[in-house]
Amino acid sequence: MLEQYVPIGIMMLFAVAFGIVLVNINRWIGPRRPSTEKLSTYESGMEPVRTARERFSVKFYLVAMLFIVFDLEIVFLYPWAVVFRELETAGIVGMGVFLIVLSIGFLYEWKKGAMDWH
Amino acid sequence: MSISFQDVIATGPITVVSIVALVVLIVETIRDKTELLTCWISITGLVLAMIVAFTSIENTGTAYSGMVNTGGYANFFAVVFCIAGLLSTMLSKSYIQKENIEHGEYYFLLLLAVVGMMLMAAAADLIIFFLGLELMSVTFYVMAGFVRKRQASNEAALKYFLLGAFATGFLLYGIALLYGSTGTTNIESIISRADILPPNTTFLIGLGLLLIGLAFKVAAVPFHMWVPDVYEGSPTTVSGFMSTGGKAAAFSALLLIFAPKLVNLVGPIQEVLAVLSALSMIVGNVIAISQTSIKRMLAYSSIAHAGYLLTGVVAANASGTKGILFYLIAYTVMNIGAFGVLSTFESKDRQNLTFDDYAGLSSKKPVLAGLMALFMFSLSGIPPFAGFFGKYYVFVGAVEAGYTWLAIVGVLMSVVSVYYYLRLVVLMYFKEQAVISEPTVSSLGLTALVISGVAVVELGIFPSTVLNIIANFF
Repeated sequence: MLEQYVPIGIMMLFAVAFGIVLVNINRWIGPRRPSTEKLSTYESGMEPVRTARERFSVKFYLVAMLFIVFDLEIVFLYPWAVVFRELETAGIVGMGVFLIVLSIGFLYEWKKGAMDWH
Repeated sequence: MSISFQDVIATGPITVVSIVALVVLIVETIRDKTELLTCWISITGLVLAMIVAFTSIENTGTAYSGMVNTGGYANFFAVVFCIAGLLSTMLSKSYIQKENIEHGEYYFLLLLAVVGMMLMAAAADLIIFFLGLELMSVTFYVMAGFVRKRQASNEAALKYFLLGAFATGFLLYGIALLYGSTGTTNIESIISRADILPPNTTFLIGLGLLLIGLAFKVAAVPFHMWVPDVYEGSPTTVSGFMSTGGKAAAFSALLLIFAPKLVNLVGPIQEVLAVLSALSMIVGNVIAISQTSIKRMLAYSSIAHAGYLLTGVVAANASGTKGILFYLIAYTVMNIGAFGVLSTFESKDRQNLTFDDYAGLSSKKPVLAGLMALFMFSLSGIPPFAGFFGKYYVFVGAVEAGYTWLAIVGVLMSVVSVYYYLRLVVLMYFKEQAVISEPTVSSLGLTALVISGVAVVELGIFPSTVLNIIANFF
């Protein structure tokens, strides 16, 4: 009865073996000349382990805050788009008001130079 | 469910102030040197909102699918918040000039806080209440730290923010538990289920947590620790606005949720409220005696006034509720007035804020000293000024409800408060020193002070003008 599952079993064996081979083939056939640089974790060129008590520019906070505004906008827009047809005119007007208010905020931060990095 | 144009009209005051706030922000964005313009736009907008609220006070009902109440109670409080916002705006103009913080954003934040307060007073649903509360609180956090270069101001903002966020956690958890035990966030339904529900621990814990959050906002002992530091560190006009508008808003929501019906149904809540009230009166008044800074004294007195006002909530009857509404409008004018006089004398490096600085003021600045004395008399509850009738009605309510001991504590503590309020009057009139520097007061600020002074006297002599309006709500 289980015979009809044999092909799937073979397939799974192959998949596992293939995975193991691919992951390790580098280690088996590649040359190994380790150095500190090579063994350290790759963090986009940053030092991976440092002291956490460090000052960094307030500009980053500003970017984060600007990001949150538009992130929230998306959070509202997606569910709105899903039920857009049922909401009819009230939905369009409501979202319109929301977007206008948001745009005023956007205009404000733009004009006040929150977008300038320097 | 749909949102119609009628809803926008029905909630007129909220709509007007929101739009004016956006206009202020746009003006601030597209023009340079906008301080004068934004100030006048705010004043016009608040006056307009006050007129709208006053004319539509008869149209009681709900809007936005039963989420927001309109007319009556909501509009009465809208008028109170507009008065608070208006007086603060007028007083702020010369003060923020002196402090070098004259930006259009100040008025924008002030207007947004007014919108938040109006939403709190108009809430028919706990979600709207929470929305309004957060709108008000977040703007207050920013306004408290508006003097960016001064350490005390930053400290005030951070303390207020951290503790306020903590209190909000309690509040939200309370709302969640209330929803869990009653299955609704509609305030009216929650209150009406209180008598159908069997004794329900979840419901009680929910109410308790909600009360903690609200007690923090009204500055009742033992949730008062933030008050002195925040009021002292914030710009003086902002302290005045926070202590009046913020307190009025918190009490408007407290009266909606802990309405007389609920308090009478749920015995333990009444007991807890009575203890909060008594503690606030005692601690606030006793600590206020030993203060040397007038601003700090006013902060502790604000705690004490929260205690008097809570007496009306404990009473849970018509006189108590009427008393709170009257008290709040009286407190708004007299306390903004007191902070306003302080703001005119405060020098740039936060000098001239202690009792001793005011010695002999009456001979040098008779008008300002007279107004300050007026506000002090009213705050201590001496007839015939507005403060007296507020206290009178809440204490009468407490006696009617069988809480005579609470009324006695209140009266005794009012006597204690006379000491520190009148100390200032004595120093101003019976001491010769007069070293205080020249006050900076614009004609706009002076107008606001005179309006407050006139209102304090008017409300004290003709309390029926307001009481007749209030009587229709219940």
